[in-house]
Amino acid sequence: MSEVKNILLVGVGGQGTILASKILSEGLVKAGFDVKMSEIHGMSQRGGNVSTQIRFGEKVYSPIVGKGEADVIVAFEKMEALRWVEYLKTGGKMVINDFEISSVPIQQGKAKYPEGIIEELSSKAEVFVFKAGDIAVELGNKRTMNIVLLGALTKAMNLPGIDWEAVIRDNVKKGFEEINIKAFHAGGDQVN
Amino acid sequence: MNSKEENNLKKLMTGNEAVARGAYEAGLKFASAYPGTPSTEILENMIQYKEDIFSEWAPNEKVALEAAIGASVAGARSMAAMKHVGLNVAADPLFTFAYTGVTGGCVIVSADDPGMHSSQNEQDNRNYAAAARVLMLEPSDSQESKDYMKLAFELSERFDTPVLMRMTTRVCHSKGLVTLGERVERELIPYKHNIQKYVATPANGKVLRKKLIDRLKNMEAYSNETEINKVEYNGTEIGIISAGVAYQYAREVFGDDASYLKLGMTFPMPIAKIKEFAGKVKKLYVIEEMDPYIENHLKAAGISCIGKDIIPEMDELNTDIVRKAVFGTVTETLKTEKEAIGRPPVLCAGCPHRGMYYALSKKKNLLVTGDIGCYTLGSAPPLSSLHTCFCMGGSISSGHGASTVLKRGGSDLRVAAIIGDSTFLHSGITSLMDVVYNKGNNVTIILDNRITAMTGHQENPGTGFTLMGEPTTEVDIPMLCRAIGIKDENLYIINPLHLTESGEVVDEALAKDEPTVIIAKWPCVLKKFSDQDKREFDLSPKSCVIDQDKCTKCRLCVKTGCPAINSGEIIEIDPESCTGCTVCMQVCPFDAIREV
Repeated sequence: MSEVKNILLVGVGGQGTILASKILSEGLVKAGFDVKMSEIHGMSQRGGNVSTQIRFGEKVYSPIVGKGEADVIVAFEKMEALRWVEYLKTGGKMVINDFEISSVPIQQGKAKYPEGIIEELSSKAEVFVFKAGDIAVELGNKRTMNIVLLGALTKAMNLPGIDWEAVIRDNVKKGFEEINIKAFHAGGDQVN
Repeated sequence: MNSKEENNLKKLMTGNEAVARGAYEAGLKFASAYPGTPSTEILENMIQYKEDIFSEWAPNEKVALEAAIGASVAGARSMAAMKHVGLNVAADPLFTFAYTGVTGGCVIVSADDPGMHSSQNEQDNRNYAAAARVLMLEPSDSQESKDYMKLAFELSERFDTPVLMRMTTRVCHSKGLVTLGERVERELIPYKHNIQKYVATPANGKVLRKKLIDRLKNMEAYSNETEINKVEYNGTEIGIISAGVAYQYAREVFGDDASYLKLGMTFPMPIAKIKEFAGKVKKLYVIEEMDPYIENHLKAAGISCIGKDIIPEMDELNTDIVRKAVFGTVTETLKTEKEAIGRPPVLCAGCPHRGMYYALSKKKNLLVTGDIGCYTLGSAPPLSSLHTCFCMGGSISSGHGASTVLKRGGSDLRVAAIIGDSTFLHSGITSLMDVVYNKGNNVTIILDNRITAMTGHQENPGTGFTLMGEPTTEVDIPMLCRAIGIKDENLYIINPLHLTESGEVVDEALAKDEPTVIIAKWPCVLKKFSDQDKREFDLSPKSCVIDQDKCTKCRLCVKTGCPAINSGEIIEIDPESCTGCTVCMQVCPFDAIREV
């Protein structure tokens, strides 16, 4: 594979995008790719949006993904899917967590959370939508939501030959390996 | 393709982690820094090497560099790290240190922030290297961050100069694969008095100045021969000169269709090598972020090139910008009718600063001069209670200047200066001396949240702990204010989450024609509380709820700007975000909010 692939994980501070990105990038490193990963820390702890950009291939130069270049975008929150859609490549895929997090202008009554995001995005790109939080709760641990989304992402990326289970075991808290692996597969089942 | 085996030997690291690792491998013994995005993680990553390296948070960047200079004089490899604006603070020692040179190798890391992700300006610190005449290296990814750090110490000792290691946000915070090496231990270089070298009097300074000129020639010769100023020749049509992360963007956009001169050492510039490269290509581009630094060196040497006439001079670059600037092409993107609503950063739910800002928002005829930290967010609506912000420590002194001329001009506008604990200790102390010494009358409000919060919770001289995690003597801020000359009756210590008391104390202080200090003391809601915090403050988990039967939707609670309060059809508090600070409960005129 000579072409560089681009993945974006976007969400809101505290949603667990960082751990999901870490597992993803470690899996890609183990598979022998050159990998670059970029995060903007900024002021996310104070309610801002967060994005992690992962690029992999034979040789990667720029650490950041350009507009119209992402092969897959995983949005941990619906409005973030809308914010980042211009980064999606023509023919790219989107995994969207059907979940809303308000922002201060909305809370203050200065703006309204946009309606019909899923419908609009579905009409323009190949989109996989599900409630990752509900799936995580059904499995018994709400906090595995990020791994559910990671499972959907790796399925959408269609990269065979990576032992994701092993990478998950290495990166999640002791005692939580099995539930995270279940979450990973449950996420994968959402993408067909 | 990297083989799986090769990758097994590498580690995915940020540039900041790689800088720390490179310094460790180079035998570093002493590191000092003041936290600042995007540089903070360099020293945070240094703690893992604490068996071999003494690391510390200094009160400010000038102190950090001076401590590193002392360690170098005493014979150790040493470093100081800071964000770009921090080097303004440390510029005084830097310029003279360039004259004296080093004993143990000394590296100053400057992490610039093109695009101002988390900064008040986007100055280009490469200009400092040229102005102070210190050798400068510019890594473009994590592997280079580690390799150049090791090289920087060697060059520092070889040329007897401090070295400026110039990073940018994307290099600091992006991860790439890095091959690790072993630490090479270095004994202290035995100390000998050397007054001619290290006492910068005018007489010695003149000799040192001459030496600096000679050193420049030697460093330039090295710059022309070093492999980190590397030519990649792919034909004669297009030539590109670039450095730092801009090289990565250029390399990706032009691919194998251009020849490259990738500069790893950008002061002194390798002018001979550049001339040779320029002579071999038909069209020469300089692609660099921010200032036309490389371009100006080329033009001064009579080498014509295309640079800032097409490449933007502000904001960070990326492949889209470079592609558009050079080829005029824009990648097709999906457009949507709907637009995402912004997520501006706000004071957290439960932030103790909110109480003080709410109290200040009720005052008429008040100018609040501000400073650098989370609390700069007090300028945002709906509180909008902070009216200036320039630099670290500037609130008190700029407030003093303002209140002095207002008073002399007969204005009744009063001035309060607001500053955090870490910022006060950084450079607010001397400003408070200015107020007292020069008989000012402004109110200084120190928001003491017991931590350096903005950059992700670093210890400071007021918290009682060091970077290495050891308990230490903490600065007694009230006693410090008294020592400066604040009278007992003009010093107030309050809990800012008590709105009535906060408002009354501000009124009382504003009524006085003497300098006053209000210490608003409550720990940051995101802080990992120390045992002392737990003893001193009631930090038991609480939450507030709105009784919908009593709520009249007057929205006063919404106007506190708390992100835990949702106002839609009904107004409600998100129980997961609420910390029970009770600010909303105190502002509700209908007793509709209660603690649970």
